[in-house]
Order: sequence, then structure tokens, then C-alpha cells
Amino acid sequence: MEPIIRVENLTFEYRKVSPEGPATSFRAVDGVTFEVPSGEFVAVLGMNGSGKSTLAKHLNGLLLPTEGDVWIEGMNTREDDHIWNIRSTVGMVFQNPDNQIVSSVVEDDVAFGPENLGVDPMEIRRRVDEALQAVGMYEQRLKAPHMLSGGQKQRIAIAGAIAMRPKCIVFDEPTAMLDPKGRHQVMDIIHRLHEAGITVILITHFMEEAMQADRLIVMKDGRITDDMPPRDFFADRERIQRARLEMPAIIALREELIRQGLPVDASVQTEEELIEAICQLQ
Amino acid sequence: MIRDITLGQYYPEQSVIHRLDARTKILGTLLYIIELFLVNSFAGFGLVILALGVLIGISKVPVRFIFRGLKAVVFIILLTFLLNLFMFDGTVLWHWKFLTITYEGLYRSCFMALRLILLIIGTSMLTLTTKPMELTDGLEKLLKPFNRFGLPSHEIALMMSIALRFIPTLLEETDKIMKAQQARGADFESGNLIQRVKNMIPILIPLFVGSFRIAQDLALAMEARCYHGGVGRTRMKEIVFSRRDGVAGVLLAVFLGIVIASRWMPLP
Repeated sequence: MEPIIRVENLTFEYRKVSPEGPATSFRAVDGVTFEVPSGEFVAVLGMNGSGKSTLAKHLNGLLLPTEGDVWIEGMNTREDDHIWNIRSTVGMVFQNPDNQIVSSVVEDDVAFGPENLGVDPMEIRRRVDEALQAVGMYEQRLKAPHMLSGGQKQRIAIAGAIAMRPKCIVFDEPTAMLDPKGRHQVMDIIHRLHEAGITVILITHFMEEAMQADRLIVMKDGRITDDMPPRDFFADRERIQRARLEMPAIIALREELIRQGLPVDASVQTEEELIEAICQLQ
Repeated sequence: MIRDITLGQYYPEQSVIHRLDARTKILGTLLYIIELFLVNSFAGFGLVILALGVLIGISKVPVRFIFRGLKAVVFIILLTFLLNLFMFDGTVLWHWKFLTITYEGLYRSCFMALRLILLIIGTSMLTLTTKPMELTDGLEKLLKPFNRFGLPSHEIALMMSIALRFIPTLLEETDKIMKAQQARGADFESGNLIQRVKNMIPILIPLFVGSFRIAQDLALAMEARCYHGGVGRTRMKEIVFSRRDGVAGVLLAVFLGIVIASRWMPLP
């Protein structure tokens, strides 16, 4: 079966034109290859400047590769004929909740995508109501977005993506600008969408979020350094350090306990597991 | 505090006027402006005032709300009044040095001031009873026939609605920048006018740069949601004329007839 996303040898260079000296180019993504089968929940983890956001923008043709190819359900993002098809297959939610809302009324904003696709008005209404219920914002449908909290705005943005009935949604650091409560709500919705069969690509620099995925892709300097289940990655202290990521608190504590010579298993990585492990110490 | 601002001056209420199609109200307002310039007697203005009074009554917008809009233009009304007052030759009523008030001047200036006041009250009824988004939607539909002459009606309407949408966002941004600059010791309250305007520069430049960043983000988000112009686009809320609009149209036409007829009546 054709994977929903197939990235082959993707390279992307930003061109920097400076007044003094010749134009230089900066390689943000460097020879990346991977496939995502339908229905998977993939987290892409990396520190700032690792190229993860640039990679995300290639997944629905917002950027086109300098070298290599990206296929969405077998459609190459370079082909202009398929671009609207690709963008309605792969939805996208961005970091800043304010800057991606188009309309001054919540429900009109959710309708924006389907309207662009030329969907029948009755059908748009149905999709908008469904999408707003899915993110728990139906009651706020007539409000103005600037009256809502950051987390609520981000849920509207997610509803806007859902209303286009995508098979896959790429979340580009959706929680980076939210408070803990909003962050939790957004992650909840992401899990529910995954359970409903939508392929989820979550770009993040929060390790706690990355741990919740089925599969983890770690990026550093535009390259993929690790591609494995998050359990395996977080059990390996060397790998975490190599990716120059900050140790999550639970992992740091586990490592410290191990270093002190206590019999704690290296596979421990959630709060519950750690509590369990500590309780079993004499 | 910036969160609480309302866009435009819309007064939320559930009246017949509020529920009229925005197109009816826009065309009605245009007609009203034309009528104000057709009227050539005070009796004619009497008719207009009567009609406007009935309209305000039906719309349930409090009168003090309507007069609030006049405050901003009091100066212009006064200037028009004074200019007209002293500029006409005719029967002298009052004379002092180079200032002369004539009967014609007095008549004329009262006439012009009344016309201006009615113009402002009448047009503000449009924005008081119509949501900004409905206005832009109505405008898009009204301008559609001009598409074939190269007028980008959809783009104009979208630009207007995005501008409205981002007023609160930019206000919040301004607030943030001001606080950041104040934390660095910027002073916006003291000094003379020129000094104070100069002090605004450290706010305006980051705001300007920031608005480009926002525009870039928004363009990307719109593209990701398949925006590709007005062609082949549908609307969730298709605006349609209802029976109300038919009735309003007939009333507007009748009133236009009355105003035109009043021109030929020997009225004061």
C-alpha cells in the first residue's frame, strides 16, 4: 500500500541575499528520507534550527524541495495540478494561534477552508458544526476570536483544518505559545484525532509531547539522526544527549538514580512508572 | 482592557433593521445621501427627519448612541455654519466691522448645517445596525457586477475583513511593545507634542515590522487552507434577499418619490 507521506532525499536551501557580498545559501533540510504509513502518529523532535519546521512546510507543498521529492498519496508536491488536492489531504496547524485565524467570527473562520474548496453551503455548515464539536468549541461559534484564550484559538485553528476533511494533519509546534492548560487541551484533541484514524505529524520541541507518539523522528542540523519508537529513544541517555536535547525531568531523575547505583530500570520514562520503581526500592 | 473593545460601532439588537440584508442597507444609505442633496426646503428636511425618526425607532438603537457619533464632527459642522453665515450678500441683519450677517446667509448656513447633521446621523445608522462582516459581505456582492471591468470585488472585501479581524491583534501587539519599551525606560507621557511624537517611533517601527511577520504567517496559513482567490469559492452563509428587503425597497422608492415631489412644492 502507498504510504500517505513519502519523502525521498529531501534537501531545502534558503537563499540569503545580503547587501554586501554574494548571495549565500543555508541548507535547512539536508537529504531527508522517510515514509509515513496511513494512521500513524509521528512526532518530529529537534532543537531550534534543526530544520523541523522547514520539513513540515514541505508536507503540503507550502515549500518545494531544492532537491529530492515529496509524495502525498502518490502525488508529487512539485506538480501544480495536484496542489489543492495535496493541501486538502494534508491539513496544517501552525504555532501562533493569532496569525492563522482569518475571520472575525469563529464559525466563519472554520468555514474558510471548505469555502475555498468550493464545497456546497449546506455541507459546509454540517462540517463546521462537526469540527467545532470535535474540538469542544461549538458553544463559542459566534464569538470573536480575539475574545478567546490562546488555547481556544488554537482549537479553532484545528477545527479549521478538520473541516477540510484531511487524512493527515501536520501540527507545527501547536503548543509552543500556550499555557499548560491550553497545551493539555490541544494534546488531548491530537490524541482523539489520531484515534479517529487521522495520520498525525507533530512537530515539537517538548519531549513530554514527543513521548506520546507511536514513532519518533529526531532531527539535528537538517538531518534525521534517529527514527524509532519514543520508548527506545528515551531509554537511551546517549542518544538524547547526542541530539543536544534537554533531558526531560523524569528521565534526568531516572539517570541520576541509576548513577547513584540504585536498581532502577532504564526503560522507566513516565511519572507513574518512576513512582512505581521508587516504591519498590528498599 | 484591549480585549473588550468592540469593532466599529455596531449596536447589537434584534430589530427588523438589523436583520435586513446588508445590501439593502448600503443601497438605502446611498439613496438617502442622494435625497439629502435633492431636498431644497426646510419642509423637505422635515420629511427626512420624520422618516429618520421612524427608522431609529424601529431599529431600537438608543438616541444618545446615535448622537455620540456627532461629537467627532461638531467642529466641521460649526465651520460650515460660520463660513456660510458670513459669505452671502443680501438683506443685512447684523453688521460689525467687516462681519456681515445677511438673511440669505443665515438661511443658507442653517440649511447646510442641518444637511450635514442629517448626513452623519443617517449614515451612522448603517454601521450601527450592520455587523462589519455583513458589511464587507454585502459590499462584495454589490461590487460583483463590476468584476468584468477589472474590479477585484472579492479581494477588496477580503482585505477589508482581514483589516477588521487584525485590529485587536495589532492593538495587543502595540500594548506589548509599549510595555517592553517602558520597561527599558521609554517615556510616553512627558515632554511637548513634538517630543512625544518622537517617542512614539520606538513603538511604530517594531509594530511595522511585526505586521509584516503577521502578514507572512497569515498568508501561509491561508495557502495551507487552499485559498486561491475568489474563483470557484463558495460561501457558508449565502446572503439572500428576503421579503423584508422587498418591503424596505418599496418604502425606499416611495420616499424617494416624496422627496422629489417636495422639490416642486412651494414650501419654506
